[in-house]
Amino acid sequence: MLADLSVSLWRGAKEGRYETYSVPRRESQTVLDVVTFVQRNIDPTLSYRFACRVGVCGSCAMRVNGKPRWTCRTHVSKVAAGGRLEIGPLDNLPVIKDLATDMSRFLEKWQDAKGVFAPTKTRHDPIEQIRPDSPARRAADAAIECINCGVCYAACDTVRWNEDYLGPAALTRAWTLVNDERDGANTARLQAVAAAGGCHSCHSHQSCQELCPQTLNPTASIAGLKRRTAAAYLRGEIKA
Amino acid sequence: MNVHLYVWQRATAALMAPLVLIHIAVIFYATRQGMSAADILSRTHGSIVWASFYGLFVAAVSIHAAIGVRNILTEWSPLEDRGAGYLAVIFGLLLAVLGARAIFAVVLS
Repeated sequence: MLADLSVSLWRGAKEGRYETYSVPRRESQTVLDVVTFVQRNIDPTLSYRFACRVGVCGSCAMRVNGKPRWTCRTHVSKVAAGGRLEIGPLDNLPVIKDLATDMSRFLEKWQDAKGVFAPTKTRHDPIEQIRPDSPARRAADAAIECINCGVCYAACDTVRWNEDYLGPAALTRAWTLVNDERDGANTARLQAVAAAGGCHSCHSHQSCQELCPQTLNPTASIAGLKRRTAAAYLRGEIKA
Repeated sequence: MNVHLYVWQRATAALMAPLVLIHIAVIFYATRQGMSAADILSRTHGSIVWASFYGLFVAAVSIHAAIGVRNILTEWSPLEDRGAGYLAVIFGLLLAVLGARAIFAVVLS
């Protein structure tokens, strides 16, 4: 018989407090299981967000014992030192209620970083042949597995200091498109990420790559953008 | 920080890297040779080489440090870009004046 978990959950919005609940400990229990237990069995007014429960949708990220985590794939046994869990909403995002944050600004920054594919062909053109082992194609892998969970954004010191900073996820998406040979909007994209609040604001603290649940490396992608934008600037293709 | 400031900061850093090594080597040389201040000044006085070396060094430091200070101010203080930029320019000019004064003392006076 396992001892119960002591679970503190953030209740409220910007102003609020942690409330502590006792949750039965189970084998192979995830942090999302714990939050769901509280909502289903103790307090149905608890607000949180999830969808797929299998690490695909990116909805359930929360701050767990001080670090942002995807809760559906985070086992209690890995993070609950001494049987205690403190679960709060993600940092660097406005809290709507309890554990649910407003992701609007995070997602708008993907648009600001020109994270939208700009096709150069029509449906009548033949499909472009891309060699899977080419350096550009490999570099384009940077954000393909990104699930938009916001863990990197919540972990980023620079986002905390500078609310205009685009953040690791949006910049990694931009880096993927910069390396996409089919895309036709690179000058505008490099211009967007070279402005104040763009890739050059990154301090390379690497919290994003340490905590990314998909083990992506946004710091490396941002370093690539720094090099590419600096070269474009020196060639006069983009302006400061 | 935008790409313009980034390029200037990286370029001045690349310039300073070898200058710092030479500067440290010169310090080691001077101390190990047991040179007095008068010995050193007799070698630097009127030297275009040392004036150019430290002139370049001071210019690079002034630009590099000013950009860094501007970045710290925008991230850690309530100042906006414009205010932080003014303070950073003043700081850079102060470094340039202090450095130029030191070069003048060692090479010309």
